[in-house]
Amino acid sequence: MFSWLKRGRTKETLKDRLELVLAYDRAKIPPGKVEALRNDLLEVVQRYFPSTNSKIEIEQDGESVVLTASIAIDEPPKKR
Amino acid sequence: MDAKVIVVTSGKGGVGKTTTTANIGAALAKLGEKVVVIDVDVGLRNLDVVMGLESRVVFDLVDVLEGKCRMSQALIRDKRVENLYLLPASQTRDKDALDPEVFKTVVQGLLDEEKFDRILIDSPAGIEAGFRTAAAPAKGALVVVNPEVSSVRDADRIIGLLEAGQVSEIRLVINRLRPKMVASGNMLSEGDMLDILGVKPIGIVPEDEGIIVSTNVGEPAVLGTTQAGLAFMATARRIRGEEVPYPKYEEDKGFWAALKRMFGGG
Repeated sequence: MFSWLKRGRTKETLKDRLELVLAYDRAKIPPGKVEALRNDLLEVVQRYFPSTNSKIEIEQDGESVVLTASIAIDEPPKKR
Repeated sequence: MDAKVIVVTSGKGGVGKTTTTANIGAALAKLGEKVVVIDVDVGLRNLDVVMGLESRVVFDLVDVLEGKCRMSQALIRDKRVENLYLLPASQTRDKDALDPEVFKTVVQGLLDEEKFDRILIDSPAGIEAGFRTAAAPAKGALVVVNPEVSSVRDADRIIGLLEAGQVSEIRLVINRLRPKMVASGNMLSEGDMLDILGVKPIGIVPEDEGIIVSTNVGEPAVLGTTQAGLAFMATARRIRGEEVPYPKYEEDKGFWAALKRMFGGG
């Protein structure tokens, strides 16, 4: 939706791509490695919380590059 | 910039390092400094042709290092601008002919004995030995970057390497910016580059056919009145600490611009 608003503003796409690739470059890690880790982590999380909505990303935080995993647990385990 | 010795670098080739070195060197000399521009791209010499001084090259940097001539014999004085000199690279040797420590003593000699106010070093592309030698004596750096993906990525890499060394003043020269594309949101602006690279711009040079014309005839653009020539002159003034306002190269976010984009304009 609203993609027409963004039409012609390709620099936003470039900015997003650059920010991501530079974070990997600065951390000296290949993006594919993080992608594999992400998939493994998601698989483990899914095993315990099947309906979970998780997000794992890498970002620049000041001087350091941080891998963050936000695991939103939609259905908390039932109390006994 | 306080640094007397400034390396002009970019990582990526073809972004305008040599043109920037020639023009900022000529501009600083026009503003009254005694300037030498040094070509460190051994084997792929080009600063001489961009400046139109190729016919006067007899000796080069490597000849000086090997004691085949005195420094004063290798320095070429530009007759169009007072106090502007070129120290050419060797065209026939390979890059190993230049050792960083030896190059540092040569540059120190230019400061102490030849009394230069400013030394601009034109670095070869890449991040290998040639770049390291070029950066070794420098306290300041101009990172030339075009507003496109590969140039920005390589600039980031170079900035990391410069920061790890002894270079303390790093500034961006944004080259080949297209104001219309920035206005329509299709090219990174000065602010975007600052966000992404975390390094302050000191010059913004618009894409200009005048640059091709000036290099065709071997005359630095700052000696004329083209858009790019004026932008390089403004950059040199900022290097000298003057406050020179930038023309506005920003995204046009108004209603009409949005409408134009909707209908495929811009």
